[in-house]
Amino acid sequence: MSIEHRDDTGDRFGMWLFLYTEVILFSGLFILYAVSLSRFPGDFAQGSHQLNIYLGSINTIVLLTSSLTIALAVSAIQMNRIRQCLTLCGVTVVLALVFLVNKYFEWSAEISHGIYPGSQHLAEMGAGVSAFFNLYYFTAGLHGLHVLIGGSLIGVVAVLTARGKITSERYTLLENSALFWHLVDLVWIFLFPLYYLIL
Amino acid sequence: MSEHKHEPVPYRTFILIWIALLALTAITIAVSRVHLGPLNVWVALGVATLKSSLVLFFFMHLKQETRLFRLGLLVLLVILAIFIGMTFIDTLYR
Repeated sequence: MSIEHRDDTGDRFGMWLFLYTEVILFSGLFILYAVSLSRFPGDFAQGSHQLNIYLGSINTIVLLTSSLTIALAVSAIQMNRIRQCLTLCGVTVVLALVFLVNKYFEWSAEISHGIYPGSQHLAEMGAGVSAFFNLYYFTAGLHGLHVLIGGSLIGVVAVLTARGKITSERYTLLENSALFWHLVDLVWIFLFPLYYLIL
Repeated sequence: MSEHKHEPVPYRTFILIWIALLALTAITIAVSRVHLGPLNVWVALGVATLKSSLVLFFFMHLKQETRLFRLGLLVLLVILAIFIGMTFIDTLYR
């Protein structure tokens, strides 16, 4: 009889350690934002007014809802409701795609208005507005990359669950993917008011 | 190490948290449309902090985890406070 070494709490703590470093990564960008905001408050408000508050709000609701569905998926697997768990993972992946499609329309509209890093239009609007949009594209872009990674991860986890590799006895992979997805949500909770809602 | 399993969180708890998060989002959007000067940013940050605590403690199960996980979060916040504080001491008093 072989004795399997297993430490679920350790696995989860490892994920948390990684998430702490992710917070530090995004914090660097938010500190840059804070310093620039205190330097160019007027220009930042002007930049913020050009963002689409409706698309931003819809994406906030989409991400909060996807956080709910993946949290429910973890409860479902714990209660051995495999079918429900798969449906909830599926809904989460669909919501991740909805987020990215919205982002695509939002950025296309902005780029077609001549707003993108290094554009002539931005250079004419001054250093503060340029700083706002450079930070906006970088932070939202990095966040979008996290949405793509998180969504793919949940897709893989759903396949593993369907194949019986993730069970109600052993579901750390689903839990850790869910944790990553919640981090994506956390970053957006700060990103949305700071970029879309300044007057 | 003995594996102690978390009790599954009932669906209802998560749905209530989700409703609270949506309500707080509505509050941030509403408040941001009123001119309060510099207070606007602080209200936005306050509501965002409240929303993050709901996500951390409920969705991310921090409430059920051992003390180590919360200690890690606390260390992270202290590091961030130092990071932010030192940056502003530099930029505000140049």
